[in-house]
Amino acid sequence: MTPQSMTTAALPTPAPATDLGHRREITSEPAWVRKTLIGTALTFLTLFLFVPLISVFYEALKKGVDAYLAAITEPDAVAAIQLTLTAAAIAVPVNLVFGVAAAWAIAKFEFRGKSLLITLIDLPFSVSPVVSGLIYVLVFGLQGWLGPWLAEYDIKIIFAVPGIVLATIFVTVPFIARELIPLMQAQGSEEEEAAVVLGANGWQTFFRVTLPNIKWGLLYGTILCNARAMGEFGAVSVVSGHIRGSTNTLPLHVEILYNEYNFAAAFAVASLLALLALVTLALKTLVEFRNRQQENIDEH
Amino acid sequence: MRALRQHSVLPGFNLALGFTLLYLSLIVLIPLSAAFIRTSALTWPEFWDAVTTPRVLASYRLTFGASFAAAVVNAIFGLLVAWVLVRYRFPGKKLVDALVDLPFALPTAVAGIALTALYAGNGWIGQFFEPIGVKIAFTPIGVFIALTFIGLPFVVRTVQPVLEDLEPELEEAAATLGANRLQTFSRVILPVLLPALMTGFALAFARAIGEYGSVIFIAGNMPMISEITPLLIITKLEQYDYAGATALAVVMLVISFLMLLIINVLQWWSRRRTSAI
Repeated sequence: MTPQSMTTAALPTPAPATDLGHRREITSEPAWVRKTLIGTALTFLTLFLFVPLISVFYEALKKGVDAYLAAITEPDAVAAIQLTLTAAAIAVPVNLVFGVAAAWAIAKFEFRGKSLLITLIDLPFSVSPVVSGLIYVLVFGLQGWLGPWLAEYDIKIIFAVPGIVLATIFVTVPFIARELIPLMQAQGSEEEEAAVVLGANGWQTFFRVTLPNIKWGLLYGTILCNARAMGEFGAVSVVSGHIRGSTNTLPLHVEILYNEYNFAAAFAVASLLALLALVTLALKTLVEFRNRQQENIDEH
Repeated sequence: MRALRQHSVLPGFNLALGFTLLYLSLIVLIPLSAAFIRTSALTWPEFWDAVTTPRVLASYRLTFGASFAAAVVNAIFGLLVAWVLVRYRFPGKKLVDALVDLPFALPTAVAGIALTALYAGNGWIGQFFEPIGVKIAFTPIGVFIALTFIGLPFVVRTVQPVLEDLEPELEEAAATLGANRLQTFSRVILPVLLPALMTGFALAFARAIGEYGSVIFIAGNMPMISEITPLLIITKLEQYDYAGATALAVVMLVISFLMLLIINVLQWWSRRRTSAI
């Protein structure tokens, strides 16, 4: 979004000047074309986005509020919520540290093989979730590279919580790094260089100069990373083993309830994840707004 | 290390790059290489047989066919949605703009069961198709619907910024020179948008090929008819056919890498095209 479009959205703008009005005429469409295009786009979005979203909450509450509350507070659901929160609580901070380190190396220094490194960071995005889970089975599973050794020491990774955490980390590797890299590249390193020349050490430079500059981008990446960490299905499904109350995350619990034809409960648990998605979108919109505000202040 | 980089007064290069490479190796590269090393234990004919059985070939046809159809629909409607969001004003526009990203934020399993409930014979949408004999859920059409949903934001989000940065002078010049609106769109605007549009198409297609969560609920998962390749990998894994599952995973990985390469080339083209104007 350009700053111009932001001001037009934020302020009730007066009618455009006459020369603008003229421009609008030759570079815009007749009213009936505009209305048809808007109508078609909104119909498409309604069918494919809004109706599915509303149906989640409708199906969740179809059997009443009591059934809804019972479905999300029964022990297996609570265990699933706990596991989902645990996996995200490990995966997100770990990928946050990775994202900052990768962005620092890539944005602040010149070295050979940089674009290859950026492509490698993006790799987990292009791998099918099922394949992401499978590769961890090949490393840590009983038939895998480390399987016999792990079995000897009685360490379980696949079909246990560590496998779920690892698969979650894999699918969320790129989120924070890919937000920070372009942001820090655009900001350059003059401010950090000034801090170092004035006697600040590396950590002081990072926490006092870099971090305040990247905080919105960091928050944005963290929000997206968290949403994916809590919602991941395919990769986690392969490594989980689907043990009820023990290795089931929220999305896997939804699947189990649905396959047992317990639709109201499945949608009740799904509605928690849909709420998470809505909160994510709201936060994301807020951060985008604040970020643009900061850019505008920096420009003036 | 020092020889690899230009001199800088900033500290932390070795630590940051070292950690980045170690982390990527442990989490991404070594596990990914496991798939290739495992498969190399198979002879070439064994590998070829494993990835070309009739059931596997049917799953490729469905996965790629439905992904392609969904990406085409997303290219057309994504362009339309981006156009409407950038060019026109209507009530609720900001809300619509924010909700376009819903398929990124909504867990795929939730999308899967919601779409299945909607398109089943007695569902809100399915009930209109049932009387005319069209079944959507539990058929390949259902797979196409789910893949359209998850790919929806890609084209919108790649085309939108290019459309926002488009100079109005170009269109004014075209209009002044006597072009009508449709000519201006097809001869002036569309060529500028084309690289971004194709990038969005490729991203949606790449995502759809690997998609699992939203598809398995609505697909019905009948072998030879409505079984996608990622599901077949899981089926083989559950039958302890590790070699077969890994061979299929390698096929999927090679296709993912190819798509990544194509997307990188398209993005490079897109940047060059937009910076030239």
